[in-house]
Amino acid sequence: MSLPAGTLPQVLFDRYRATPEQAAVVLRLNKSESTLTVRQLVDGALGYAARLRQAGIAPGEVVIAMLPPGAELLHAFLGAMFVGAIPSILPFLTEKLDPQRYRESLDSLISVTRPSALIAQPDLMAMLRTRLARAGEVKAMLTSGAQGNESPRVDPTELEGLRASPDSLALLQHSSGTTGLQKGVALTHRAILGQLAAYSPALGLTPSDIIVSWLPLYHDMGLIAGFLLPVLTGVKLVLLSPFEWARAPWTLLRAVSEHGGTLAWLPNFAYNFCATRIPDRELNGLDLSSWRAVINCSEPMMAESHRLFASRLGPFGLRESALATCYAMAENVFAVTQGGIDRPVRLDHVDRELLATEGRAVPAVASQRHTTEVVSAGAPLANCEVRVLSADGTPLPPRQVGDLALRSDCMLTGYFNRPDATVLALRDGWYLTGDLGYLAEGEVFITGRKKDLMIVGGKNIYPQDIEALINQVPGVHPGRVVVFGLFNESLGTEEVAAVVEIDAAARVEANRLGLAIREGVATGSEVTLGPLKLVDERWLVKTSSGKIARGANREKLLAELGREA
Amino acid sequence: MGSTEARLRDYLAANCLHMPSDEIPLDQPLLSTGLVDSFHLVDLALFIETELGAHIDDTELNASTFDTLAQLTALVEQRQP
Repeated sequence: MSLPAGTLPQVLFDRYRATPEQAAVVLRLNKSESTLTVRQLVDGALGYAARLRQAGIAPGEVVIAMLPPGAELLHAFLGAMFVGAIPSILPFLTEKLDPQRYRESLDSLISVTRPSALIAQPDLMAMLRTRLARAGEVKAMLTSGAQGNESPRVDPTELEGLRASPDSLALLQHSSGTTGLQKGVALTHRAILGQLAAYSPALGLTPSDIIVSWLPLYHDMGLIAGFLLPVLTGVKLVLLSPFEWARAPWTLLRAVSEHGGTLAWLPNFAYNFCATRIPDRELNGLDLSSWRAVINCSEPMMAESHRLFASRLGPFGLRESALATCYAMAENVFAVTQGGIDRPVRLDHVDRELLATEGRAVPAVASQRHTTEVVSAGAPLANCEVRVLSADGTPLPPRQVGDLALRSDCMLTGYFNRPDATVLALRDGWYLTGDLGYLAEGEVFITGRKKDLMIVGGKNIYPQDIEALINQVPGVHPGRVVVFGLFNESLGTEEVAAVVEIDAAARVEANRLGLAIREGVATGSEVTLGPLKLVDERWLVKTSSGKIARGANREKLLAELGREA
Repeated sequence: MGSTEARLRDYLAANCLHMPSDEIPLDQPLLSTGLVDSFHLVDLALFIETELGAHIDDTELNASTFDTLAQLTALVEQRQP
């Protein structure tokens, strides 16, 4: 499939002119289904474009959409792009989130990103209008569901988004938490179309493919693979709600079975979740034989998770050859590599000891007992180069573990309004991923991470943000908190672990305090706290300068739990 | 085999809250606080179905159906055969 150059709105309007009545997105929400044709998708977006223009939103200004999954979110996002504005999707306020923390996060985003418009449902917007500290700095606060027949119309030929330069910014992508919200990945139309042009052939994408996704659109995997890729390449998308999927994981499988879905992207934990948490009655009668690629992406990929998934779903038609892998990041729009499309995903069995101590991926011999199984992320896309660098920045030979660096024609322009962060991330045109890995037989193998970032169920979480939440719980000794990720094999993902020093007076109520800490994390972030250890003033490991050492404390807790690092 | 409340209490203590089960307050909000998240809920519903013989539909796994241990116990007891 070929993609024309230009802007995203131009590509969408080309599709609109060619096949207006084609089904673009099938929305499966609240146990019912509705279809948006290309015309309906564009018309809804034109409604938002008119409202944004009426509100004085100019090209190049940022529009933040905080809406639940559904047609309004798609319309708002595309509508902002139609007027040449730069949309970004953020999570909306759910029941479990503390509204005050939510506002604080939004204020911190506003201070850096300076959006001109916010779009939310009426109840959330009513709260933000009166309680958001920086509400006065935002030009327009629009509510969803406000478009009637009398809505202003806009002449598509006058849209600024159709006349914009391919090198203008198309959208921003954020990860969560204070840290993530202050680093909006800024991407141009050219970068996004460059990604789609390179990724489509790597997937062997054809117009008869059907993509099924439950992924949230505020995440790069959901936004690109689960929205823009199908909508701009003319592939049908069946879109589910992440909230419904989490309570009923079989909804994904049912959608694949009923629609003949061919492609889906899942974080590793979802393989374990689907394999172990679906009762037989929900699987009966399903036919998953149409699925040609189930792509593991966005967190460490485990061969065991693939085996669990394949053995549970094989009897329902899932082909083992459908298992695929991908290494992706928002800074490259999305995919860097793709594996498992033309041939099975390569599994590399290497000497565990040499990998751990010398950073060498030496193929294990058959009789060897202590081996590590590393799942290949596949080969780089045609427009991507991946290098493995030593600590001093020199390229390393194959099978040597080092820092993964990336160069492509679809990289970020920078972190929006953060030249300081951009400078740190790029070196001589290469993006330093912060991931560790090696190259072998032309494929990329990820073995670890240099940065502190945790990836929990596919979501990027910064430990500093969780530490800040725990620090605010009364009874916790301020500043004496350390948070890190611990891999949980049965879940197939990292859990957030915390070691917390508590005041002497709080020790009699330690269990209540533990509950308060868990509640503070759950209501202030997207994650639930896993292992929690409350300690006295002697436990935490500090550096010579008195700082709390994250890595050393992680190792100490692992040793106490009797686990390997 | 304890009472329904004791078994739910032990389950939540071991799988979601990681604390001694007798210290979980009966009226502690669990869902609206996120202490029990959506992934826990799928497991909890499976446990209730297989171990306690009561069915809770996935559409009911939210705080408007039950939020506390007391409410959950009442719901399960009402649906047990």
